[in-house]
Amino acid sequence: MIVSRTLLLSGALALILAGWTSAASAQDAVEQRGKEVFDYWCDACHGDGPGRPGTAALEALYNGEKPALIEDRDDLLPELTRAFVRDGISVMPFFRKTEISDADLDALAAYLAP
Amino acid sequence: MAVPPGVSERDFDRALREFENAVGEQWVFASDEDVDLYRDAYSIYKGDPEDRTAAAAVAPYTVEEVQAVVRTANRYRIPIYPISTGKNLGYGGSAPNLSGSVVLDLKRMNRILEISERNASVLVEPGVSYFDLYRYIQERGLKLWVDVPDPGWGSLIGNAVDHGGGYTQPQFRNHFDAHCGMEIVLPDGDLLRTGMGALPGSESWQQYKFGAGPWIDGLFSQSNYGVVTKMGFWLMPEPDAYLTGTVHVPKHDDLIPLVDILNFLENTGVVNGMPRLGSMVGGGRLQSEPELQALLARGASTAELEEYAAVAGRGYWSCTVKFYGPEKAIAANWEYAREKFSAIPGATFVDGESYRFPLTAEQIEDITRGQADGTGDSALPDFGVPSLVTFSAGARSETNPNPSSGHVWFSPIIPRSGEAIIEANRVFAEAAGELGLPVAAAGFSLPATYWNRSFMYLYGFPISEDPEANRRTREVFERLVRIAAEHGWGEYRTAPAFQDTVADTYSFNDHALRRFNERLKDAIDPNGIVAAGRYGIWPRHMRGA
Ligand SMILES: Cc1cc2nc3c(=O)[nH]c(=O)nc-3n(C[C@H](O)[C@H](O)[C@H](O)COP(=O)(O)OP(=O)(O)OC[C@H]3O[C@@H](n4cnc5c(N)ncnc54)[C@H](O)[C@@H]3O)c2cc1C
Ligand code: HEC
Repeated sequence: MIVSRTLLLSGALALILAGWTSAASAQDAVEQRGKEVFDYWCDACHGDGPGRPGTAALEALYNGEKPALIEDRDDLLPELTRAFVRDGISVMPFFRKTEISDADLDALAAYLAP
Repeated sequence: MAVPPGVSERDFDRALREFENAVGEQWVFASDEDVDLYRDAYSIYKGDPEDRTAAAAVAPYTVEEVQAVVRTANRYRIPIYPISTGKNLGYGGSAPNLSGSVVLDLKRMNRILEISERNASVLVEPGVSYFDLYRYIQERGLKLWVDVPDPGWGSLIGNAVDHGGGYTQPQFRNHFDAHCGMEIVLPDGDLLRTGMGALPGSESWQQYKFGAGPWIDGLFSQSNYGVVTKMGFWLMPEPDAYLTGTVHVPKHDDLIPLVDILNFLENTGVVNGMPRLGSMVGGGRLQSEPELQALLARGASTAELEEYAAVAGRGYWSCTVKFYGPEKAIAANWEYAREKFSAIPGATFVDGESYRFPLTAEQIEDITRGQADGTGDSALPDFGVPSLVTFSAGARSETNPNPSSGHVWFSPIIPRSGEAIIEANRVFAEAAGELGLPVAAAGFSLPATYWNRSFMYLYGFPISEDPEANRRTREVFERLVRIAAEHGWGEYRTAPAFQDTVADTYSFNDHALRRFNERLKDAIDPNGIVAAGRYGIWPRHMRGA
């Protein structure tokens, strides 16, 4: 009886653990997708190095108060990323859903989130 | 939810269901939030109730789906507006000419169908961007270059059908010229292939443009006679090497022989890269020198400017020429070019940059830096490398603390002569003064050289968040189109906001060209469903509205 209870318990624990790790890897997969979306759609303007107009603009805007690289920011809440991507700002146009789907935008926002 | 003009809500609803059946529910966009994303991000109607908007968008994945959508649209008389990647910023973005159209968004059709290193050609679908094709080529290590426009996220097809241009050799940088073979879904849903594509079993669709009979490809550019679903393009085989050199000439009037010699060198294929004209008095890096600025500010005479140029040891004008080819051959071509330019007394020469291919990662980084800060002779597009560096020009920076919300291009074609450059500057400076534009203060400007047989001016007018400022810009723009036309200069391309005005200037023989286009429109698309109003071509029931 006791044995079977332990078994039952550990079985439950194993289940919970499995759930936890698959949630973690789902999170990894989302961020991985987010990084892919970033590389495809944002990197040419917001990447590191010369000739990246987004990075240069944010350097001029924040003057060192915040990182010029949006990948290094710790204040880009998902709502903020979503708003900029769907509204655009200055020369950065907004993106259509055939370019960045809602699911991809969620992944991108998760990737850029603190 | 908006409904297309002249369509009942009931019919529109039915059509949307049919679109969903054709392409899948998730690829029909009809909510305000989704449809709003089809506005022109750089609209000169920004903030204005007349800003062009779509009623819905449909994103097919195959040619058959395009045909199904077009047939439904025809049945319910729904105006549709095809876009490829929809990145036509500065010339209209992804917005339709006619508000209430359903945008046919072909971005998902992004297959590279065939690429041949031996034939240096490619066959693509509309959603393939320059970035996509470049990556595809790099991943496979093919020795091919794609001629790219400044922004790399546009499509080979969208750019070419709007007559876009790039930066390598003349036969590649005119993107519509560089195409070979098209596939088009006609407004009734029929499928057409042009050139050798019309001959079943032909293996030369991307090798010979014309087939037999009239060459109709041009009809499907800057027009509204069909939906282009495939296009072939000729690619440039990677050359061995590249070289630049600059000639400086001392006198104001030297511009005339300078251009004539350049034309000869280009038309004989000696100079086979895209040249760049420069001037001490405008558009160049030297303009920021205080002494020169003072001279310009007080309206110094030509003689004074010539003297300044002589003392400062630089020319009044410069021309940077670029060469692609075998190392020895291009060195010899530069030597020959110097000989030709030496016909201008006092011409001096500076050797420029040279590269062997493929470029290393560090070289690409250096070129990017030189392009971004304007110090290099060369830019990434000279090497067929796509990027978005060009947006640096309008984006926020130390020197541009209040960036605009994009821009719209004024881009007239003028003759390829020094006289025309001087005359265009006189006319535009006068117009700018009259219209109260800051262009007058910008000094002399030099034309772009995309097209090897003509010059083209490119002025970007900023988009404001203030609708009243945008209204004034539209007025000025239209006035400039008219003034240019009075001098025989016409826009090569323009945003929907100005397409009627521009079409109106091409008016030879009581608008014979427009009348012909309208007759074609009525024959090919009697219900007028495809891109109504594109480049001033309206279907019969909307003419004169
Ligand atoms: C800073 C800046 C620099 C630029 N530099 C350049 C440059 O160097 N060279 C240049 O050419 N342009 C330039 N442009 C303009 C423009 O951004 C590019 O030409 C861009 O490639 C066009 O967008 P697209 O390729 O996504 O075409 P799309 O927006 O997809 O298409 C343009 C238009 O063509 C028609 N069309 C598209 N696809 C189809 C189809 N399948 N069937 C029927 N009709 C169709 C539609 O009317 C559509 O609106 C520049 C713009 C900016 C903002
Ligand atoms: C064409 C270049 C370009 C592209 C592509 C681009 N951006 Fe931007 N972005 C800019 C510029 C320029 C700014 C700065 C605007 C300004 O001056 O305030 C900016 C600003 C932003 C900001 C605002 C940051 C702040 O603190 O104000 C966010 C967030 C952002 N971009 C996210 C993205 C994401 C995510 C992508 C990819 C989906 C992207 N951008 C693609 C050019 C670009």
